Amino acid sequence: MLRYIIRRLLLLPLVVLGVTFGLFFLTQRLSPEMRASLYIKDPRQMNAMEEIIREYGLRDNVFKQYGRWLGNVVKGDLGYSPSANMPVARAIKEYLPATIQLAFVTILLVVFFGVWFGSASAVHKDKWQDIVARFVSVGGFSLPIFVLGLLMLMLFYGKLGWFAPGGYSVQSNMIIHAAAFKTYTGFLLIDTLLNGHPRVFLDVLFHLVLPSVTLCIGSFALMVRVMRSSMLEELNKDYVRTARAKGLPEWKVVYKHAGKNAIIPVITLASIQFIRLLGGTVIVETIFDYPGIGRFGVIAAQQLDIAGILGFSLMVAVLFVIGNLLSDILYTAVDPRIRLE
Amino acid sequence: MNERIWKRIYKNKTSLFGLILVALFALVALLAPVLAPVQNKNNPYQLPQKSYQIAPQPPSSQNWFGTTEQQYDLYYGVVWGTRLAFKIGITVTFFAFLIGLFVGGIAAYFGGKTDEILMRLTDIVFAVPSLVLAMVIAAMLGPDIKNMMIALTAVAWPSYARLVRGDILSVKQRDYVTAARTLGARGPRILLRHILPNSIYPSVVVASLDIGYIVLTAASLSFLGLGAQPGTADWGQLIAMARNWVLGIPGHTFFYWYTVVAPGGAIFLFVLGWNLLGDAFRDILDPRQG
Repeated sequence: MLRYIIRRLLLLPLVVLGVTFGLFFLTQRLSPEMRASLYIKDPRQMNAMEEIIREYGLRDNVFKQYGRWLGNVVKGDLGYSPSANMPVARAIKEYLPATIQLAFVTILLVVFFGVWFGSASAVHKDKWQDIVARFVSVGGFSLPIFVLGLLMLMLFYGKLGWFAPGGYSVQSNMIIHAAAFKTYTGFLLIDTLLNGHPRVFLDVLFHLVLPSVTLCIGSFALMVRVMRSSMLEELNKDYVRTARAKGLPEWKVVYKHAGKNAIIPVITLASIQFIRLLGGTVIVETIFDYPGIGRFGVIAAQQLDIAGILGFSLMVAVLFVIGNLLSDILYTAVDPRIRLE
Repeated sequence: MNERIWKRIYKNKTSLFGLILVALFALVALLAPVLAPVQNKNNPYQLPQKSYQIAPQPPSSQNWFGTTEQQYDLYYGVVWGTRLAFKIGITVTFFAFLIGLFVGGIAAYFGGKTDEILMRLTDIVFAVPSLVLAMVIAAMLGPDIKNMMIALTAVAWPSYARLVRGDILSVKQRDYVTAARTLGARGPRILLRHILPNSIYPSVVVASLDIGYIVLTAASLSFLGLGAQPGTADWGQLIAMARNWVLGIPGHTFFYWYTVVAPGGAIFLFVLGWNLLGDAFRDILDPRQG
C-alpha cells in the first residue's frame, strides 16, 4: 500500500512535467512576435517588439524557455493572464473554489438520484420503474451537456425565470466584493454564512442549481447502472432470504439490509466521478457563465492566452493525479478485499 | 462479425434501435449530396447562406429546418454535419487506433524498460481529462477541423495502446505461440502472423464503438469555438450559434426553438445510437454476462 502511494506520488512530477512540456512545445509553433504580443498592454509598445522578444528570451531554444517558465512556477509565479486580467496564480485561487463547490453539489445530486433510481430499478426489475430509470439514464448520458444546458436555460431562465446564469446576483456581488467581506475558505457557500449573510448564501446556492442539475443529468447514468446491478446482486443473497423468511417488511429488507451493502460501490464510484466532474465543468461553466476554473480555461484557450493555458493545464494535471490517488486509497478503505500494487 | 452477434442484437430491442439509428445516420452521410445538393463545389461543408440578415428564420418550404443566425440553412447543416461527423469519427478512431496498435504492440512485445517508458507516456495523457487536453491542444494548433482531429487523436490513442497491450500480453502466453517459436519462427513473424490476428478483434470493436464519443467531444470543441469555424456544417458549431437565441424574443421564450432542436436533436440521436449499440457489444464481449 505504502509502496503504491509512493510510486503514484513519483508519477506526479512526471505527469506534470510531461503535460506542461508537451504544451510548451506546441506554443513554439507561434512566432516569437505573436508570443511577445501577449506581454503588450499598450499599443505604443508595439515598436519595442524586438526588445520584448529579447528581454523574455522568446527566441531561445525550447528547453531553455521551458526551464525559465518552470523556475518561475517553482517560485510561485505562473505568469500574467491577459484573458482574466490578473496573475494566473490569483485567477486559480479565485476560481478553483467555485468549481470544487459546483462539483461537490453535483456529486451529492448524482449520489442521491443514482441511488434512488438505481434501487427502484433493481427492486422493480423489468417493471415500468426499471424501464423509466434506464431510459432516463441512457438518455441523459447521450444528450450532450451543451444541448442540455441550452434547453435548461431556455426553460428555467427564459420561460420560468426561476434561476439565472452567473455565480451570484449583482446585489450579492457588491456584498461579496466589499472590503468588509472576509475570505475564510474561498468557498462562497461557507464564507457567506461565516460573514453572516444568509441571503447571499441562498443566492449563491440558487445559482448552483442549473449548472449542477445539468452536470448531474449528464453523469448519473453510470451511478444508476452500478447501483442497480449492485442492488440486484445483494437481493439475491442468502441473508436477504433469511430476512424475508423472518417476516420483515419488504422496505426494511431492501433499505436496511440489502441497501447498506449495495451502496459500497456507489461511494467509490462517487469519489472517482467527483474527480471526473472537474473536467466536465468546462462546458457547463461556459454555458451558465459560472465563474469557475473551467470557464477560465476555456477563455484562456479561446484567446490563446499562453500563460493562462499553461497554468490551467498544470493545475488540472496536479489535481487529477492527487485526486485519482485519493480515490484509489478510498477504494481500499471501503472494500478491504482490494489490494493496491 | 458472426451470426451469433447479429442474432443477439436483433433479439434485444434497445440495441436493435441503436443499430437502426446508426444505420440511418450512415445512410444520410452517404446520400448527403443527393439529400442536400452541394452549393459550394470547392467546399461541400460550407453552409449555404441565404442573406446576411442576422435573426434566424423558422422552418419553411425552402428551408425545411429553418435557418440559424446569419441565414445559414439548418437542413443542409444537419445533413452534411452527419457526413462530417462520420468523417471526423472514423478518421480520428482510425489514426488513434493505428498509433495505439503500434505503441501497444511494441510495449507488449519488447516488455521491460520499453514497456515501462511507453506506458508512463500513456499515463501522462491519461492524467488530464480528455476534453480539457484536446481543448488546450486544439487552441495551440489554431481552431479548424484538421487541427481538431489532430488534437482528438492525440488524446484518444493511449486507451487503445493499453487495450492492445493487454490483449497481446494475454495471447503471448498461449500454447500456439510457444509452438510457433519452437518451430523456429522469428519475432516479427510471430507478432504479425500469430499474435496480432488473435488479439486485435476485440480492440477493433471497442475502438469503432468509440466513434459516438469522439464525435461528441469534437462537437464540444466546436461548441467552445476551438474546432469548426462559423459557416461550417458542423453540429457543435451550429449549436454554438444557437446560443445567442435561446432566450427568444420578449414574451416568446421558445421563439427560436429550431436553432437548438435541429442540430441538438441530430447529435443526441447519433450519440444515443452509438451508446445503445455499444452497450449491446459490451455485453456480448463480456463472457461473464449470460
